[in-house]
Amino acid sequence: MKGKLKLLMTDLQNIGQQMAEILKKQNADYIEAHLEESQFSSISYRGKQLESITKTTSVGGNVRALVKGGWGFVSFNDLTGMEDKVAMAVKQARFIGKETSQFYESKPVIEDVVAKIKENPALIPLSEKKQLLDEYNNAIWCTSGIQTSNLGYGDTNKKTIFLNSSGSFITQERADVSIRAVAVAAKDGEVQQAGLSEGSRDDFRPIRKLHQDIRQLAQRAVDMLKVPTLKGGEYTVVLDPILAGVFVHEAFGHLSESDFVYENAQLKEIMTLGKVFGGPHLNIIDSASRPGLRGSFKYDDEGTRSTKTYLIREGKLTGRLHSRETAAKMNEKPTGNARAINYRYPPIVRMTNTYIEAGECAFEDMIADIKDGVYAKNWYGGQTSMEMFTFSSGETYRIHNGKIAEMVRPVMLSGNVFNTLMNIDAIGNDLGMHQGGGCGKGGQSPLPVSDGSPHIRIQKCLVGGK
Amino acid sequence: MEEILALAKKAAEEAEVYMVTSEETPVHFESNRLKNIQYKQSQSVALRIIKNGKIGYATSTSIKNAQQLVDNAVATAGFGMKAEFQFPATMTFPEVAVFDAAVEKVSLEKMTQLGAELIGKITGYSPEVICEGGVTKDLYHLVIINSRGGKTDFKQSIFSLGIEGQRIRGTDMLFVGDYESSCHPILKTDEIVKTTIRQLELAKNTAKVASKPMSVIFAPDGVTSSLVLPLISAFNGKTVLEGASPIGKKLGEKVFDNNLTLKDNPLIPYNTGSRQCDDECVPCQVTPLITKGVVNNFLYDLQTAARAKTISTGNGQRQGGLPSPSPHAFVISPGHISYDDMVKSIDEGIIIEQLLGAGQGNMLGGDFSGNVLLGFKIEKGEIVGRVKDTMVSGNVYQLLKDITAIGSDNKWVNGFLNTPSICCSNVSVASR
Repeated sequence: MKGKLKLLMTDLQNIGQQMAEILKKQNADYIEAHLEESQFSSISYRGKQLESITKTTSVGGNVRALVKGGWGFVSFNDLTGMEDKVAMAVKQARFIGKETSQFYESKPVIEDVVAKIKENPALIPLSEKKQLLDEYNNAIWCTSGIQTSNLGYGDTNKKTIFLNSSGSFITQERADVSIRAVAVAAKDGEVQQAGLSEGSRDDFRPIRKLHQDIRQLAQRAVDMLKVPTLKGGEYTVVLDPILAGVFVHEAFGHLSESDFVYENAQLKEIMTLGKVFGGPHLNIIDSASRPGLRGSFKYDDEGTRSTKTYLIREGKLTGRLHSRETAAKMNEKPTGNARAINYRYPPIVRMTNTYIEAGECAFEDMIADIKDGVYAKNWYGGQTSMEMFTFSSGETYRIHNGKIAEMVRPVMLSGNVFNTLMNIDAIGNDLGMHQGGGCGKGGQSPLPVSDGSPHIRIQKCLVGGK
Repeated sequence: MEEILALAKKAAEEAEVYMVTSEETPVHFESNRLKNIQYKQSQSVALRIIKNGKIGYATSTSIKNAQQLVDNAVATAGFGMKAEFQFPATMTFPEVAVFDAAVEKVSLEKMTQLGAELIGKITGYSPEVICEGGVTKDLYHLVIINSRGGKTDFKQSIFSLGIEGQRIRGTDMLFVGDYESSCHPILKTDEIVKTTIRQLELAKNTAKVASKPMSVIFAPDGVTSSLVLPLISAFNGKTVLEGASPIGKKLGEKVFDNNLTLKDNPLIPYNTGSRQCDDECVPCQVTPLITKGVVNNFLYDLQTAARAKTISTGNGQRQGGLPSPSPHAFVISPGHISYDDMVKSIDEGIIIEQLLGAGQGNMLGGDFSGNVLLGFKIEKGEIVGRVKDTMVSGNVYQLLKDITAIGSDNKWVNGFLNTPSICCSNVSVASR
């Protein structure tokens, strides 16, 4: 039982077959359809109390049509009248299509991809999950000085069918689980919080072992009340693998998404392949083909096989993330990065598992010659506007004379991506992937992704503070 | 729905069925031209039950399999939170107009023409700007029935128009734009065009900013992106009940500046944040939150109100899960000074229109910190250019305790916040 998904999807398979017949009859440059069934369950605590336990089932689909460069898209929960839905998408596309469609042709794929599930979270009894979460919530509340807390758990089983007018018919499945804990400490009208987010793919086991981490984060929230706020300004900053992963995702990853670039001459100029973005030690990769991570899959939502893409190799821009449309328009190959959060949205260019490749610098050496700097750990959030980015730490220390020194309150780091990548002057040998991330773009959030990095050192990084 | 309620009543003491259906038609522009048209039909049904005194909850995209929905809700009720409230038997609600049949009738031709007009006017002013935008119509239908006879059934229409222009020079990127929404069709592009062109004009030059405390004007969009998130969490009855709200014990006390007045007002006709009742069939009301600096009320749903021994303010809102207290539409009362006079009164300072990443800090404690995505420098009462590579940080409670000036230039931001510009002095600014 443990290796199987909970969903049967017999109806959707039939609808998929019908849909395949309907797509054949249509007159469009390209049509694809997605059908999806999912079950979601969540448990959340607020303070000492369990706040909600919910179960959600969802069935739906969409049709996307391309005619002369224009796109039509129809999404639905109502599974009747498929012919009309397809016709509507084609009509919409025809209404706006005035050019020649450019879309990377690929050979049809017919495949049933079965998930390699180690322990399916959806099959674990509710009582067992609740027992574990009770333990975690107790771990927060056995710390003195905690004012309130949030603990959220969710697991999903999802099966999807992708089919298109070229004859592809791909079914894929996945089991996801995620957990987020936030402890809030308060004293004398001041409030501080510390958090943790963890996720796993097709395996519940990593979620079972968080007792110590959660105890520590609760203590950290309390400790943070006692420490000073850093003065804002420019610092030499060392980022831990979690925060450096958020940095590479926010600051550079989004810029390499080709849908921002492909019809934008100025941005194309900035993102010319071969251009130097960082030192020769800098390698940045996006790879959905690295198995078992939150952003991993075999085929993307346009039926393209996943790849490993070097975005930056030895400091130079060498690749970017593509859908079949952006690849065709830029005369490059698709990279399998067209993803949609669910059937309510069309696929757009997204990251998968994004990371800075390990270098050679040991952590001790990295901080050894820093007289006065900042060690920023852990993740609170991040946002980008392509050129400018912000990301915030969950845990921060001063570095004095080559040693990690006193704790300060969490900081927000901000800057300009082009300067900041250039200012990375040391890359560690300790790559770590962070599985707790969810990415938002174009109203589609949170998409399961992972990001990672070794420790990195950034010179002259702008830190917000008092 | 009645079938689900009947089945649920057999399995539990109390039950409530909530169903929302929507039909949304977004027309999307990219790189200055029409890119796609979408039609999104969606349906969601949620069942909340009280069984053995505990809350159970399940949702589905289909009403066909009523038994499965009931079974799922019953399964969760075994572990659920103790229910401390009763479903309301309410069937009458305040009258607030939120539906205009004209929205549905706006043709695709008209929608695409509006988008083209927006882009045409902005690129006409500045040909190097690349625009992305959307024109959307949305029809939303909510029905709630519960086992105590409570019932609501209403429709809302939403029309929205928005644009984001991007100007790139070298590696320098500028983002401008505006957004409008209404329950009426918006058939004029003038306001959005005016705002966007004004932003482009002010951003012609770049100005240097010193790293030091200075006066900051939060323009209406800047108030939203910098100051409002901490207030939403502080006025949430749940945060108050937990003792985590910095103002939780200050009901009736003066915490903010004398001139600051804030209400939650879901009863403004044809505003997209308006509605007759919340997501648990409780009538909506105008709730004063701050009057002349004094904290008046907090926002409650049924369960939180019962636990706090007070009554619901009609703010039980669902974001996919169980209802939770959430504001409908914040309105900050205007002051007396015009925006221009506010600018003139400042010797050295900045204007914030958009702040990037402000919700990331210690929001609960009122801290905010962010990078100025769109902002301008003021020198000797004049706007001299755009601000870049600049971070602003502060604490909302400290800033709003002593406000330098509140403008008379109220504007709706995203249909959720109606606010004037707010000027504060001694705000921490760090720049390179």
